[in-house]
Amino acid sequence: MNEIIEALTKAVSDACRRHPSVPTGPGGPGEGPAWNAELWSALDDIGVLLLPVPEDRGGAGGDLATTVGVLEVLGAESAAVPFGENALLAGWLLSECGAEIPGGVMTAAVAGAELGISRAGDDLVLDGRIARVPWGRCADHLVVLAGRNVMLLHPGQYEIHHGANLAGEPRDDVVFETASIGDAQIRPLRDDSPVDDESFAARTALVRAALMAGAARRAFELSTAYASERQQFGRSINRFQTVQQYLAAMAGEVLLCKVSAEAAAAALDRDAEHGGSAATAAMVAVSAAASTVARTAHQVHGAIGFTEEHSLRSSTTRIWSWRDEGGGAGTRAAQLGARVVGTGADGLWPSLTV
Amino acid sequence: MSGPSAVRAAKNFLDLDPVELPAELEELRREVRAFLHDEIESGRVTPHVDQWLAGWDPAFSRRLGERGWLGMTYPRQYGGSDAGALARFVVTEELLAAGAPVAAHWIADRQSGQALLNFGTEEQREAFLPRIARGEVFFAIGMSEPDTGSDLASVRTRGTRVDGGWQIRGTKIWTSGAHHADAMIALIRTEAPTENRHAGLTQVIVELPDPTVEVRGVRLLTGEHHFNEVVFKDTFVPDARVLGKPGAGWSQVTSELGNERSGPERILSTLPLLVEAMRWIAESGTQVSPARLGELYARLWALRQMSLAVAGRLQLGEDPAVSASIVKDLGTQFEGSLIDAVREMVDVEPDYASAHALPRMLAEAVLHSPGFTLRGGTNEILRGIVTKAVGSA
Repeated sequence: MNEIIEALTKAVSDACRRHPSVPTGPGGPGEGPAWNAELWSALDDIGVLLLPVPEDRGGAGGDLATTVGVLEVLGAESAAVPFGENALLAGWLLSECGAEIPGGVMTAAVAGAELGISRAGDDLVLDGRIARVPWGRCADHLVVLAGRNVMLLHPGQYEIHHGANLAGEPRDDVVFETASIGDAQIRPLRDDSPVDDESFAARTALVRAALMAGAARRAFELSTAYASERQQFGRSINRFQTVQQYLAAMAGEVLLCKVSAEAAAAALDRDAEHGGSAATAAMVAVSAAASTVARTAHQVHGAIGFTEEHSLRSSTTRIWSWRDEGGGAGTRAAQLGARVVGTGADGLWPSLTV
Repeated sequence: MSGPSAVRAAKNFLDLDPVELPAELEELRREVRAFLHDEIESGRVTPHVDQWLAGWDPAFSRRLGERGWLGMTYPRQYGGSDAGALARFVVTEELLAAGAPVAAHWIADRQSGQALLNFGTEEQREAFLPRIARGEVFFAIGMSEPDTGSDLASVRTRGTRVDGGWQIRGTKIWTSGAHHADAMIALIRTEAPTENRHAGLTQVIVELPDPTVEVRGVRLLTGEHHFNEVVFKDTFVPDARVLGKPGAGWSQVTSELGNERSGPERILSTLPLLVEAMRWIAESGTQVSPARLGELYARLWALRQMSLAVAGRLQLGEDPAVSASIVKDLGTQFEGSLIDAVREMVDVEPDYASAHALPRMLAEAVLHSPGFTLRGGTNEILRGIVTKAVGSA
């Protein structure tokens, strides 16, 4: 880890400690967690909200490797802020259009099949919905990728139907009823922009992989701590070889998560096309590894970890949500597998060393 | 072995960053691929599974030596190419992925030469390293004994002080390639055991063959002869063939482990089987579960990134023993799970004697699979190392 990333992640980590994200119930609709406005403002003070956005577009000009370092911390802290959506997705889409990036909280989505888009004069008219938009209700701006256009939408133009993931993070349906979108809100992508649905999915995968890497690390830390405190048969349970083997196996998966997420970020920094495959591979690998960590962490914790009062659930319910979000691990694995079949036997190994 | 960073790496197992290979190594990769393509097309090499144990081919090793692809981490003064751990990583992963016969030089190139560089005398380095780098001298490792497996500090092979050296008596076992090797680095006890079990152990270089060293084959369950039992019957080892300091054997041996445990051979032993399965799937038009294949591929991608990251630490002169243990634990499990994934995808019966590549490789992989998670320290022992390092025991 270089010194810049180290200093930045420490600052973010300190901010998370000062402004902890309160765990909430495993909410159904309407029971989302407190949106952590204090943490958001602290992150703004640190200057990371648009970390990977180019400086000439108002960002900090950081690379994805650095951004992933921040995401890992936020994942570990179960931070209730849409940092990935704001910095890696919405900020990216707008900067790829050369558009001004507005102040306030942004989230991002792809238009998708449930959103009807028609033209009325110079305006566009939106009907239908975009399902399960992360942090939709908290956003001052919703940035939507629609083909070669990017739309900058505002809360007055849509309704929010509350939804939540297993951790209670907002995953809201955004509903449009003949919403008229003026020319000023529509920006075409630069002609040479690599942005498309696939690259959006790759970045989403990177965000989820990095967050899961952080959450898996926290679940592991909680497990080692608990195993050293919990006494049974007259000694702490980490004196038992079975528990030790569990902890070591978790450590391996946690390391795999970290290296995968960071390697994918570096690959995307280097080359958007091959980096996309790396991000997909990382997301699939991290999903499986983090799932193993979550399962083992609960086994180590026993019944207490299965309760609302214990903070382990903040990490594990996030892993169980994030692995299936924005194009879940199963879908992405199938994409990877289809690509491997397409590449053929002699292309298998070369595709791994790109 | 830079002291402070090694300590830092050991304290925090998460202190492992991904490595991007420099562009010039891609040129090296292309050269190795072209060479291997030629070797396979010409029929000099037939791809097999687990070739770093089973593929003993001195002529192939010499051809690698001629190209400067052995001893890549050794300084030029000892016949190496001083190309570094990452360059070596690229060459070795290409050789393994192709299923090329690398067993003859594997131990010498990876481990024995590195130990000679770290602890050997000038005379020892000059005597062995240039020949290792040319693929002319092969080594075996003498660690396990009939009563000493995972508990390595319990070795009982004794070295008794005699005029001008040590007289050795005892038995080593599971010694891969000792029947072909030109030398063996053995860990022996040169002082009576004390409370400190790690004290009094010494590494010695035993040159082979030697009339006082009996090498008996121990056949694998396939009937193949790779393992040996090696009996020292008052074998004389001159002082000039003691490696490093008498009594410092334990710390010397454990410092090799980062090298021994993290390499691509802990991930790729069965990869040629997957490649062959993909060929079979394409030719037969078999439908496979893309998700299952994708999961396997993603895990492989991730493990390779980890192994590469450890090579990056080695390149910096660090000893990433804990992350190396993790790579070996996860990587060798992957080598086995690859077999099961292939079995799910293709309807082929394993057949050791088959003229077709896929049934033969499936047989090789299945029958060699018990070794993956045993050799180089059982995975349970590795997890013990990890547990200690994460401060939870």
